[in-house]
Amino acid sequence: MNQRLRGQGLVETLITGAIRVAGVSAILFVTLIFIFLLKEGLPALAETSLSNLLSTRWYPIENYFGLLPLLGGTLVVTFGSILIAVPFGLGTAIYIAEVAPRWAREFLKPFIEVMAGIPSVVLGFLGMVFLAPRIRVLLEIPTGLSAFSGALLLGLISIPTIVSVAEDALDAVPRSYRDASLAMGATQWQTIWRVTLPAARTGVITAIMLGLGRSIGETMTVMMVTGNAATLPTSLAALFAPVRTMTATIAAEMGEVAVGSTHYHVLFLIGIILFLISLVINLIASAVVFKQRSRGERILS
Amino acid sequence: MNPAKPLPTNSTRRNTIQVAGFAGLTLVALLTITPIFLILILILSKGLPAISWEFLTASPSQGMRAGGIFPAILGTVYLTFFTTLFVVPLGIAAAVYLAEYAGENLWTRIIRISIINLAGIPSIVYGLFGLGIFVLFFKLGTSILAASLTLGIMTMPVIISTAEEALRTVPQSFRVVSISLGATRWQTVRKIVLPQSLPGIMTGVILGLERAAGETAPILFTGAAFYLPTLPSSPMDATMALPYHLYVVSTQVPGMPVEIQYGTALVLLILILGLNLVATIIRSRARARRQW
Repeated sequence: MNQRLRGQGLVETLITGAIRVAGVSAILFVTLIFIFLLKEGLPALAETSLSNLLSTRWYPIENYFGLLPLLGGTLVVTFGSILIAVPFGLGTAIYIAEVAPRWAREFLKPFIEVMAGIPSVVLGFLGMVFLAPRIRVLLEIPTGLSAFSGALLLGLISIPTIVSVAEDALDAVPRSYRDASLAMGATQWQTIWRVTLPAARTGVITAIMLGLGRSIGETMTVMMVTGNAATLPTSLAALFAPVRTMTATIAAEMGEVAVGSTHYHVLFLIGIILFLISLVINLIASAVVFKQRSRGERILS
Repeated sequence: MNPAKPLPTNSTRRNTIQVAGFAGLTLVALLTITPIFLILILILSKGLPAISWEFLTASPSQGMRAGGIFPAILGTVYLTFFTTLFVVPLGIAAAVYLAEYAGENLWTRIIRISIINLAGIPSIVYGLFGLGIFVLFFKLGTSILAASLTLGIMTMPVIISTAEEALRTVPQSFRVVSISLGATRWQTVRKIVLPQSLPGIMTGVILGLERAAGETAPILFTGAAFYLPTLPSSPMDATMALPYHLYVVSTQVPGMPVEIQYGTALVLLILILGLNLVATIIRSRARARRQW
């Protein structure tokens, strides 16, 4: 302790201070992001009427800022992607955690990681030049650049998230649960569905929520493959028509607007909506996560 | 789940169900990884013919329909470098705080929730934030610096969480021995804990950079340029970047030769998967060498 008082103490104090500041920087950044979105987005509410924002027409050149078609576009694409990603993601997670022999596990896990690493712009590119033309021919629709193509690719993008979080949740179920079930004469299959999966359900819900978050927030892929038509989806047929999501609208239009214009402010308003959606999803996910800390760390990695 | 329902007693029927079920799950897993194979094969087979020395070292010419992609490769290297410079010290320090200094209380809980939220914010929202704060408020303009700072904040959660995990694998006894020999908390961290967890931290850093190098949306309005006749000469210049270049050549230029598109995609993919491979190698070598 004497050493600390002599000179060393200053270094220690400075470094401890710096580390503490770094420690709270995450809170600072989330707050700053929200503040700057509000600063640039809230003026939109003063510059245009609420009835305009809640209308069904998005045509910024003539000051129509109806957000409903964009919200609808995001909903259709996300819903489609979840329909694909949940069965495949959970199925793969169950296979890896409960069924796969060791070699298959060692083979599958790096592949899922590779899948998570493929940049979304690469998937968007392949969606345009490879997937969409084939979907157009296969389904006999006017253009393959549709919500359906977007949903397929978004499903692919959210699968790795769902697999890794759900697999951790299944791994976290104590061995003794399975042993007890097997000892009672249940088969492995019965044990998976009636013991392991119900025991891991909070983690499975987290997995689905985070997959949902990935889908809603994805930008480049949907911008490139969904055809970007801002029409309000009203029926199931909308899944096979071009749509435009909130993220794609920001990405496609922000480059061309004048800073400070109403259009500019409305695009930030869409950013606020996206921020709040991701906040809610992640708060739900983290509320579940804190019951099992190690799982929370895997989500982020 | 209905506990009142009796389990089927016929054991051959139960076995049939199990065999069929397991086969179904195997099929699902196979179907899940099939698209990745397809993607890799497609890009490799169509992209390889485009790759040449000229493609990697020349600038685009004839309205980007010919020539190479060197400025985009260099731009991505610059962006990744400045992102590293900014986020690595900050991210590791934040991880050290969580793993070595802070207790488990309400405060650290709020920090953790913030980190999880940062990880979940859509990349395009980071783009808006970077535009609002770095480009306009701090007047950095659309520049490498503004884009790197934006990418840095986006990458931070990955680095913090993997680094914290790595720090926590160092046995508590190492710290106890160091402190009992008279070392201070910081000396213990610097001389004992950080060196021991270095491979884990490196893995996290590389995974973070992999994410930064492949992202397009955060740099759209903060630093990426459609086409530049000259290479950037300072961090205050805008830059071309590989992911944005792929977007440009596949959507913005009519009559684009398909080889250039696939070639750009292949170079980007090799960069990303190369980083991924390095991370995997560091991780497995560290695991094999660990003595505790």
